[in-house]
Amino acid sequence: MQAATHETLDIEAIRRDFPILDQNVNGKPLVYFDNAATTQKPLPVLNALTRYYEGYNANIHRGIHHLAEKATSAFETSRRTIQQFLNAGEVEEIIFTYGTTDGINLVAQTYGRRFLKEGDEIIISTMEHHSNIVPWQMLCEEKGCVLKVIPVNDAGELILEEYEKLLSERTKFVSVVHVSNALGTINPVQTIIEKAHAVGAKVLIDGAQASSHIDIDVQALDVDFYVFSAHKLYGPTGMGVLYGKRALLEAMPPYRGGGEMIKEVTFEKTIYNDIPYKFEAGTPNIADVIAVQSALEYMETLGKNNIAAYEHGLLEYATDALSSIEGLRLVGTAKEKISVLSFVIDGIHHQDTGVILDQQGIAVRTGHHCAQPLMRRFGITGTSRASFAVYNTREEIDRLVEGLHRVRKMML
Amino acid sequence: MTINEKQDEIIDEFDLFDDQLDKTQYIIDLGKKLPPMPGQYQTDDNLIRGCQSKVWLHSESRGERVHFEADSEPTAQISKGLVSLLIRILSDEKAEDVASADLYFIDRIGLGNLVTSRRAGGLASMIQQMKQFATARINQKSNVEQAS
Repeated sequence: MQAATHETLDIEAIRRDFPILDQNVNGKPLVYFDNAATTQKPLPVLNALTRYYEGYNANIHRGIHHLAEKATSAFETSRRTIQQFLNAGEVEEIIFTYGTTDGINLVAQTYGRRFLKEGDEIIISTMEHHSNIVPWQMLCEEKGCVLKVIPVNDAGELILEEYEKLLSERTKFVSVVHVSNALGTINPVQTIIEKAHAVGAKVLIDGAQASSHIDIDVQALDVDFYVFSAHKLYGPTGMGVLYGKRALLEAMPPYRGGGEMIKEVTFEKTIYNDIPYKFEAGTPNIADVIAVQSALEYMETLGKNNIAAYEHGLLEYATDALSSIEGLRLVGTAKEKISVLSFVIDGIHHQDTGVILDQQGIAVRTGHHCAQPLMRRFGITGTSRASFAVYNTREEIDRLVEGLHRVRKMML
Repeated sequence: MTINEKQDEIIDEFDLFDDQLDKTQYIIDLGKKLPPMPGQYQTDDNLIRGCQSKVWLHSESRGERVHFEADSEPTAQISKGLVSLLIRILSDEKAEDVASADLYFIDRIGLGNLVTSRRAGGLASMIQQMKQFATARINQKSNVEQAS
């Protein structure tokens, strides 16, 4: 299947769609392996942004002139494209946010504040990004809820037996990451959701890392809330999506007040708008919402399964290649992984690894990856992380391996 | 040797290397020569804020001069090298000179983002703490003189 995939995807042609890749950094051709932080943007996305600002920039929904209608139409078409991307039942269940973090905060501050009370339990996991820890801690502080944490095993997989032990009639909410940003682990979210629903808890899945690698079907998952960011799936920064089931979104109070989210305002009382607009106060990020449609279409053209299979090939190749480096230890060796490789090298600080790779034109991420509790679980302060996207190649992985040999030679 | 003479000497040393990797290797080698810091100085109070790696700074007055010792966690060798340069330039200099020092060597040794990325964080905090200690020493001295 992979051989067929390699034939299906013309990686050289794909690379030409990403002009940023064609540059030297510190005198060497750029190798961009920081895709889990943000992916680069293909020409169709860049062109969509330019087309909008050159051709039909206008504020949406209320204008009656030509440009406003065109912008509104493109904006709402993007919402429908995202509905299809997630296989959401209704277009009104798609709320535009500023990103994954914003989506989680929205749910914590609206659903959480309205429906959770003292003594209720919220379950997260050890491998959460800080953005799926802190909003719940803030809610717990305010409401007197209790935060429970699913542990992970040495491979970086959630221990489901422990999750089951945490579940009880006190569990009111479960918020878990679909794919770990620091380890690449793909979590069995279907099982997690089913078990949470069995005790009557609602579930949010943080799809920041999953959305560009895995097919997502919110109806099949029966998930209550799903959040992701556009910039991690070849789209622009500052734009994200919250999917929520209609009944839940309708029951939730608004998050921010302002224009767009109202039906009628008097000084005595304001009548709020319907979903999705109830949660979209103020002028939204129109250009980026429109451009994300191009990102999704781009992925669709390549085929998400093709992308996943190609990236899996890169992951296997890199896992083998890096394992040959003396003193290098992979952190996160789950059976189910996306194309993320986190590693430490004996005797070498991850920051130094990152600096010396950068001097060789190779961009990786170093540090705790906004997952300090997870780092503590593994007894480390951070890792170096190489994360691959569809435009990366085996030749680039060879450059990383050479680069790491150079790091060892300089340091040890 | 004055603070600026020491900076000029360091700039000349780095000028011998064209390649950033060679310059970085030189930094690492300098770090390896930094005398280890006595364990009793590796306290939480002496930790520099803003570093990705652990770096400790110990400061003390010696007459009219200020003396600094510093170290990083063993694996953080680039930090250790940068720290060793600051110690070489500022330690055992007069408090007035440390407080008013213009550390132009940072921009002139040609290490680009290796140094600049740290200027916003740990390196800047370390320089600030060294200067603050020197300034406090000057103020203390002038208070004593006024009192007498």
